Amino acid sequence: MRVTQGCFSFLPDLTDEQISRQVQYCLGKGWAVNIEFTDDPHPRNNFWEMWGLPMFDLHDAAGVMMELAACRKTYGDRYIRMSAFDSGHGWESLRLSFIVNRPKDEPGFRLERHEVDGRNIRYTTTSYAVDRPEGRRYGS
Amino acid sequence: MTESVNLREELEAVGIDDILAQLDRDLIGLQPVKTRIREISSLLLIERIRKRMGLGSEAPTLHMSFTGNPGTGKTTVALRIAGILHKLGFVRRGQVVSVTRDELVGQYIGHTAPKTKEVLKRAMGGVLFIDEAYYLHRPDNERDYGQEAIEILLQVMESQREDLVVILAGYGERMDRFFASNPGFRSRIAHHIDFPDYSDGELLEIAELMLRDMAYRFSAEARAAFVRYIGLRKTQPLFSNARSIRNALDRIRLRQANRLVADLDRVITADRIQSIEAPDVLASRVFAVAEPIAARA
Repeated sequence: MRVTQGCFSFLPDLTDEQISRQVQYCLGKGWAVNIEFTDDPHPRNNFWEMWGLPMFDLHDAAGVMMELAACRKTYGDRYIRMSAFDSGHGWESLRLSFIVNRPKDEPGFRLERHEVDGRNIRYTTTSYAVDRPEGRRYGS
Repeated sequence: MTESVNLREELEAVGIDDILAQLDRDLIGLQPVKTRIREISSLLLIERIRKRMGLGSEAPTLHMSFTGNPGTGKTTVALRIAGILHKLGFVRRGQVVSVTRDELVGQYIGHTAPKTKEVLKRAMGGVLFIDEAYYLHRPDNERDYGQEAIEILLQVMESQREDLVVILAGYGERMDRFFASNPGFRSRIAHHIDFPDYSDGELLEIAELMLRDMAYRFSAEARAAFVRYIGLRKTQPLFSNARSIRNALDRIRLRQANRLVADLDRVITADRIQSIEAPDVLASRVFAVAEPIAARA
């Protein structure tokens, strides 16, 4: 099951050219673009790991693309996303984020029903991928 | 694909002529440098047209090295080059990131690579200007982290030629030694430009240009004194061309201000506040040091 979160996730995967254009848009707005990766695709997983430091003061997307290539080389079997941070007063938070890399095979989510308090049911979603330990979740 | 191109129209469309004319106007002397820049921009212009005609050749290597004595305008020219390359569309953004060893080389193991890469990322799409590049290489210390920075630089200079132009600058002799011990650098740099020292006349012109920018001017006697000043200053140690001139002018402005303030009762006119008089120049230490020697001789 294809994970959809962040911008553009209902579109076909972006090509490098398209990613580069999106990054350039962010840089043009003065946002700092960061690269994050994870192998826990749960939508409530807010804490993706950062690849390197936040990249402030860039002018051109080529610098970000260089880091993305390096990140893919190491973590090509995981989810990688770009996030654009606006340090402007009143924002000071993310303005845009989109997935730029995903595992070849996304096993999807299991829906668990807990029967509690008589006939009430609580629902939990769990990714099949996280059944295996971190770092071994997507094949490698 | 176009078959014929009017060179004049192309030149005007790019606006490169304006930049070159401004270069001629703003930079005094430096004839070999100007000639070289003109050649490079002609090549780039032709390359642009060739691309349009479908006669694509590989993007030319634009990495440069500027050698010359202190204060011969290496940094100033680097800033201009970025503008030219940007107008011709060979760098996408045209910013100049100016760094020295400190910003590239780290202090402990594993510190250098991220530091160098961060600088490279900031410079992408523009020009990376490395001042006093020979400090990157410390031949006396085998385990110096500079070597790591050099390797990363070389790799990016080769693989991302269309994203970034690297300009190395430094004093002639030491740059030669630097290139001798890093052959990889020498071969990856297409343009070696040597900045000559300024003649006395050029230094005076530079001084007057600087004063004009600051809205000051020499009186006739002050100019004569300054001509003498240049002659004497050149013979003294630590002379660094235009930079020495700038410093001298700053001190002269101090003395002029002091002279004006000393006489509180006089009304200051716009004319008087702009004018630099001979005593302002002659009070310089340079004359004090030189005169006794001249008297003895």
